[in-house]
Amino acid sequence: MQIRSPAFKANVSAALADERLQKALEFTRPAFPSRRAAAVADLPEFEQLRDIGRDIKNHTLANLDFYLEIYAANVERAGGIVHWCSTADEARAAVLAICEKAGARTVTKGKSMISEELGINAHLEAHGITPVETDLGEYILQIRNEGPSHIIAPAFHLNRNDWEESFRKVHTDLPADRVFNERRDILTEARTRLREKFLAADVGITGANFLIAETGSSVIVTNEGNGDLTQTLPRVHIALASIEKLVPTLEDATSLLRLLARSATGQDFSVYTTFSTGARRSEDLDGPGEYHVVLIDNGRSGMIGTEFQEMLRCIRCAACMNHCPVYFTVGGHSYGWVYPGPMGSVLTPSLIGVDQAGHLPNASTFCGKCESVCPVKIPLPKLMRHWREHEFERHLSPSAVRTNLAIWAWFAMRPQLYRIATRIGARVLGWLGRKKGRLSSLPLAGGWTAGRDLPTPEGDTFFARYARLQREGKL
Amino acid sequence: MSKDTILNAIRRGLKRGPLPEDQALGLRARMAAHPRHLIPARSRIDRPGQIALFLRNIEKEFGTFTRVPDLDAIPEAVADYLTANNLPSDFAMAPHPELAAIPWSNRPLLTQRPGRAQASDLVSLQHGYAAVAETGTLVLPAAAVRPTTLNLLSDTFMVVLRASRVVGAYEEAWDLLRAENRDERSGGFMPRNVMLVTGPSRSADIESTLELGAHGPRRLHVVLVDDDPAAFA
Repeated sequence: MQIRSPAFKANVSAALADERLQKALEFTRPAFPSRRAAAVADLPEFEQLRDIGRDIKNHTLANLDFYLEIYAANVERAGGIVHWCSTADEARAAVLAICEKAGARTVTKGKSMISEELGINAHLEAHGITPVETDLGEYILQIRNEGPSHIIAPAFHLNRNDWEESFRKVHTDLPADRVFNERRDILTEARTRLREKFLAADVGITGANFLIAETGSSVIVTNEGNGDLTQTLPRVHIALASIEKLVPTLEDATSLLRLLARSATGQDFSVYTTFSTGARRSEDLDGPGEYHVVLIDNGRSGMIGTEFQEMLRCIRCAACMNHCPVYFTVGGHSYGWVYPGPMGSVLTPSLIGVDQAGHLPNASTFCGKCESVCPVKIPLPKLMRHWREHEFERHLSPSAVRTNLAIWAWFAMRPQLYRIATRIGARVLGWLGRKKGRLSSLPLAGGWTAGRDLPTPEGDTFFARYARLQREGKL
Repeated sequence: MSKDTILNAIRRGLKRGPLPEDQALGLRARMAAHPRHLIPARSRIDRPGQIALFLRNIEKEFGTFTRVPDLDAIPEAVADYLTANNLPSDFAMAPHPELAAIPWSNRPLLTQRPGRAQASDLVSLQHGYAAVAETGTLVLPAAAVRPTTLNLLSDTFMVVLRASRVVGAYEEAWDLLRAENRDERSGGFMPRNVMLVTGPSRSADIESTLELGAHGPRRLHVVLVDDDPAAFA
């Protein structure tokens, strides 16, 4: 996928000016948190499960090399083939080789973020193989040649007219005067069209939510059933999985599954949770004759042993972005690559470099909501701060930022001067907003005040008030 | 070789070589014991409570059910369901001995076609291996007698399930599979595929609004056979 993260600021300006996008964000924003909250309230053990989820992932990462070897041996025992790939290039080549060997002309695909990361579709197309995205959201994005704007609701930024317009453009064999009265009509047309694709495909490619060492299984979680049709009907199934998807046992996967759907869509459990183990058995009446796992590193191993190792616990539920004020202001496309929101702001610099993605960890208010909802307790704000430090140390931050930081640091290291300066600042701001108690415009911060007012200081600084209350014996 | 490159990179990060044998032994023991973690209290209840929880969750997830006393009552229950929903009376059926033992001849208008599902099938009838009360989830391991396509290709998906096979938590369903299933190919217990199904297919991809029947079945109907004396309240 093309990297547009360096243009984050321009992307954001465009997103803020995009009324359609802003409407979609406003519409969707309340839904995710309220659904998750209801599911969590219904499971008193949820907080304990978060600790368990964190511990399972930490245990696996601390022994990842060992469990990967066990996993691969068990896949092969069940008649599957594991393709170890260090880089995106190797993974693309492995997928293409499997497809070519199978004589594939069309390939159906379940939703997979790692497939976006690798750019599988473009690679297959360049070699004369037609990939067909089958998740509804991914299907329309493929038609429109757009990337996903969210990791579990990839097309929520589009409205009904967008769907209708795109379907009329590509489904040209259907009557031009057909009517789309409701969402169901759009769904039915997609269902019919994709059913033909499922039946015709030679190879099916899915991602994997988990890999299980004990059994050599890959697990996918979907609501539509497209992932299961993708991995059941074609002759060949390829599961794309990055190395950190691994857990040791079925029981470990089960505990994480109790967290996943609740954190993601607010469901107690997704509709289809499917464990695939090897190829079709001789007595089976259906299922793929070949089962391949393309096991991908692509930068993950480099995070192990660093301050970013904790990011490898991520189970891609999207709770962090669903609760992020920044994400719901700028939308997913602004982040400029595959992974948006807080998890993307930590993961993207790890995978494509902080020189490319340095803006992302800066695009946070550090409100901490992401960490508080993360099912595996990844300290996302702390990790974003680490990236800011790296960026600063490598002199990648813009000179205005560095100058301002230097000015602030100069004062911060001289407490007397700092207190005088903040007192002057608080008084000036307080005087400016003395009538309304808030400021609706500020020099050099027009963008900030365009969307909200700044409450004015009441005249005192924190230090002054703290000292006063202490004197008065109130602390 | 990429395998070594990846494993070495991980070991470099972990600041060690291959895992020492004593630690590897510990990890193998953990896998062999596959310890359970916390199981939510909601399913730690008596048998009648578990069955009620299962059925409540089936409905919560937009499924429906009929409760019948024995196998003999199934043809009528199936016929009534199909008629009430204006559905065809012929369906693809799992070639499972328990389903074959149902006295279908009591309802001669129903036509069963044992085997896997075809794309043209509107209705399918699957054999339920087990179910999990915790979330109203059907456990459907693939087998020659339980083809996966039956779960997916039809518009209306019916499942015959014995009440004695309803367990509280997922872990208990895994225990059934571990104890009962032997996979020739791998020597383990996992068949090619195990589907956990919770309600009919759905999507919220169009304007974040839930619609049922995305790519899989639009309807899920469970025929629960009350074969478990302990399950009666």
